[in-house]
This record gives sequence, structure tokens and C-alpha cells, in this order.
Amino acid sequence: MTLSPRSRYMFRRVGWYSLTLFVALFLNFMLPRLGPANPIDTIMTKLSSPGMDSQAYLRIYKSYVQEFSLDKPISMQFFTYVGKFLKGDLGVSFTKYPLRVNEIIVNALPWTLALQIPALLLGWIVGNVLGALAAYKRGLFDKGLYPLALFFSSIPYFCFAIVLVFVFAIQLQWFPAMGAYGNDMLPSFSFAFFGSVLTHYTLPFLSLFLILVGGQAIGMRSMAIYELGTDYVGYAKMLGIGEGTIVRYVFRNAMLPQLTGLALSLGMMVGGALITEIVFSYPGIGLTLFTAIRESDYPVIQGCTLLLTLCVLAANFGIDILIGILDPRIKAAQEAGNA
Amino acid sequence: MKQFKALLTSPAFLIGTSLFVLCLFLSIAYPLITSTDPFARVGYPFEQPSLKYWLGTNAEGQDMLAQILFGLRASMFVGITAGLIATILGTLIGITGGYSGGLLDNILTMATNLLLVIPSLIILILITTSIEKRSLVLVALIIGATTWTWTARAVRAQAASLKNREHVHLAKLNGAGTLSILILQILPYMLSYVFMAFVMQMATGILSEAAISMLGLGPYDTVTLGQILHYAQRTEALINGNWWAFLPATIMVTVIAFSLYLVNTAMEGIFNPRLRK
Repeated sequence: MTLSPRSRYMFRRVGWYSLTLFVALFLNFMLPRLGPANPIDTIMTKLSSPGMDSQAYLRIYKSYVQEFSLDKPISMQFFTYVGKFLKGDLGVSFTKYPLRVNEIIVNALPWTLALQIPALLLGWIVGNVLGALAAYKRGLFDKGLYPLALFFSSIPYFCFAIVLVFVFAIQLQWFPAMGAYGNDMLPSFSFAFFGSVLTHYTLPFLSLFLILVGGQAIGMRSMAIYELGTDYVGYAKMLGIGEGTIVRYVFRNAMLPQLTGLALSLGMMVGGALITEIVFSYPGIGLTLFTAIRESDYPVIQGCTLLLTLCVLAANFGIDILIGILDPRIKAAQEAGNA
Repeated sequence: MKQFKALLTSPAFLIGTSLFVLCLFLSIAYPLITSTDPFARVGYPFEQPSLKYWLGTNAEGQDMLAQILFGLRASMFVGITAGLIATILGTLIGITGGYSGGLLDNILTMATNLLLVIPSLIILILITTSIEKRSLVLVALIIGATTWTWTARAVRAQAASLKNREHVHLAKLNGAGTLSILILQILPYMLSYVFMAFVMQMATGILSEAAISMLGLGPYDTVTLGQILHYAQRTEALINGNWWAFLPATIMVTVIAFSLYLVNTAMEGIFNPRLRK
């Protein structure tokens, strides 16, 4: 039985991502244990620090040792860790004992996803359309858009976030400066609550969206300029094919490298967007990490890093599948070894 | 040479370079500007900017001007050090893989791709949480050791295409060793790319430091721009509108990143013939 080239591509991607996941798990497990300040010592020093119920800490310590079989050799510990991960168990928080890390993350993750996914998707689409237009139209539109896009694309997310808070929340007071909804309300299905969520959402969203648009527009513009100079465009023009059709082809061909570029820079974007959450005190994974780091809450820190890596891997996998569907070269069964 | 002339007449390149050199100058000449100890408590918390304290004071009553200049110096140090390390590592890994091909290339490419997918900030967080006494040098080293992937990828592609050039074959026929070919026949032809990579790696280094410092994982023994921002965040300077405690540092980070991106874009436009009009 021979597989179609497309299925073969998909299988290869699945294999590749399984490996990546394993490496991510391994790094997540090993790296925090390499340094001198490993979690268990931190608990031991806390045990002897004042202001903490030492009985409670002993209980935490015992449950932690038991949960992660810390009295067993390190290879066993890793297998315990992977086994727990596969069951979806990320352990217990140190500082919010007996709260489980899962519960903390489940509360934070939706905010992060709700902020980043729309910003990424819309930013990518708007940026690409603008970039393609600039390449095609040139002239005034390009002259205006290019420097602006260049400027936006080179501002760090969190710097832009700080400026937005300062100008629109503190000086002009058009939008709230922090949080995801008014601190005088509880989440509910009401217009008042949704309105509050929306006003709190605007600035963080803009801080990510505008910068993404800038970066994508710059990338698409150069891709499209290159495509417009290729032989097939000249040929199509000679044949008298309509402009709209040509632009569609150019857009489609320039889009694939843009998709690949998005997949590659996803990790950097997610990292930048995390810090944005801290600036806005937006209750997502970034802020959870910030708090956990300040309290040396290792299980929560590791839970957050692992989950973020998972999200990035999943998004990358999705983009790869999309490329597999869109890229005619994969259909044409090019036996290229560049998996 | 023609390309070099084109660079020197490119406004983006000139603006970017001047801005970066200005930051470099400020971080070197800072003792001439102020002699105040950035760590000393000189005033009340959050004093507004005045003739006495040009940029006011922070929550600790420390002089913000001294803090900014000192922090700029530390951040530039991290950027340049981490940038150098990452560029050297990335170039070595990329050139080795791209030139040798085969199994070694596959292994190196795989490692590079793996680390490209896993966000480098996550790896930075995992490493820095396990080290309590983080010095500035150590932070720079860790950033340099984790952010080389982009450079490796770009250099590998370059090396793979260069190795089939005639002058390389000629050198091989003349019995030149692999190392001498890499250094004499391959590297010189991609110096502009390596330099562009270095520019971007510096930006990555400075931004990575700012990011982990914002999270509270920065160096403990000094002040960096990222730490000024972290501290302003912790002391609620942002919410209380004490702009002098965070805005100058924000602007500094932005200016450095912007200047490096400008230089990179200008160079890309000149050295990447695909983009020429």
C-alpha cells in the first residue's frame, strides 16, 4: 500500500511534533532541576522561614515528594512526570495549597487565548492584505504605509503596551488601565459584564494587533514585490489575463512563505504577548507566571511554561497542516527532503 | 564595494546607526553626565522631575536619571554579549551543517528546528528560575546560548548554496582542508549576512533581557532597563501615573530595538537582490 504524498507529509509532521513534544517535556522537567535552586530546596528553606505554618509546609513537602516520587532515581521521576502529564495532572501549587495547578491554569488560559488568537489571526490577515496592496499599488499608499508599518513592527509589544496604558488609560482615561473586567463585578452572562470585558480588552488587543499588522505587512510587501517580478506574472500580463486574477495568484503564492514565517515566529510572539499581560494586569498565563515567579511557586511556573509550549506546538501543527493543504508542491509529490 | 556605498547613502541605515551609536555613547559616557549613585536613596519616593532630579525618583527615592543611564549600560552589555555569543554559535552550527550535509546536517537542522518551535523565552524562564544568584554576565550568557536558532537557520541556507560555487570546487581540487574552505571560501561570502544576523541578535538579546526582567527573573546584582520596568510595575508607578519611573526606560528600549531593526531592514534591501526594484 502506497500513501499519497499528502498523507505522507501529514504523517511526517505528526512524527515530528511527537518528538518535539517529548523534547519539550524533557526540557520542562530537566532545566529547573539543573540549577542550584531546585524546588525542593526552596521548600526546605521556606520550612525554616518565619511567618509560615511549618506544619502546613511539612504537609506540602511530603505530598510533593510523594506525588513526584522524589525519593526515587531521576529517570523514574521523569517517567512519573510524563505519566502525570499524559493524565493531564500538573501537580499541586506550593503557595495556594491544596489548589491544583490545573485549576489555576484553567482559570487563566481562556483569557490568554481570547487575547492572542484573535490578535494573531486578524493581525495576520489585515497585515497581509495591506502589504500586498502596498506592493501592488506602490505610489502614495505604499509611501505612507511602509514607514508606519516599519515603525510599528519594530516596537517591542510590551513597550507599546506601556505607552498605550499611559496615554489612553492614565492620561485620557478612555479605557481602564488594568484587569480583564471591572473589579466591582463577578463574571456573569450580562450586558454589563460583557461591556466591561470589552473595554478592558481593547487596549491589550490593540497593543498586539497593531504591531503584528506592521510586521506582517512588511513581510508580505517584500514577498509580493518579488512575486510581481517573476516570469509567470509577465506571461499572464502578455496573455491579457485580468488584473484581479493576477493579484489573486500573486497573493496566494506570497501567502505560503508568510504562513511559514508565522509558524516560525509564533514562539517569539507568544513570549512578547505574555509580558503584555503583565503590563495590563490581564489575568492570563503571563500574569499567573509573574505571580508564581514572585512566590517561587515551582509547580505553577512549570505548568505555565509547559502549557504555553503546548499551545505554540499545537498552533504550529495547525499551520503546518494548513500549508499541507494549500501548497500545490506537496500535492505535486516533490520528493524534497526538507521536512 | 558598490553595496557598501549604497548602505552609506541609505537614510534608514544612517538613522538606525546614529541612534544605536548614540545609545552606545550614552552608556559609555554616563559617568560624565551624572555622578549620582543609581542605588543610593537620594530623595523621597516618586519625586517629580525637577532641576535637582532631572527624571525624578522611583519608589525607593533613587535618582531615575542615574538609574536609566546605568540600566542602559547594563542592557547594552547584555545585548552585545548575548548577540555576539548567539551569532558565533549560530554561524558555527549553520555553516557546519550547511557545508557538510548528510547526517551531521540532518542532526543540526533537527536540533535547530526543535528549538525554533519551543519559544526561547520559555527556555529562558526554565533556566533562570533554577538559578537564584543571577549575575548580569550569566543572564547575557544564557540569552546568548538560547537565541542562536534564527542565525543558524539563515546561515545554513547560505552555506548550502555557497558550497556549490566554482571557487569552492577549485579550492577543493587544490587540496584545501575543510576548515580552510569554511574560513576562506565560504565565510567571506556571507559576512554581510552574518553581520545582519548579529544586528538582529543584539535586538533579541536586549528584548529577551527586558522580558525576563519584567517577569522578575532578571539579574540580581545590577539595574537594567527591564528591571526598571519590572520595579515600576511592582510599585504601581504605571497606575499612579508616575510617568518618569517607566516612560524613559520604555522609550530607551524602543529606541534601541527600532534602531537595530532599521539597520537590518536597510541592509536587507541592499544585500537581498530579490527585493530590488
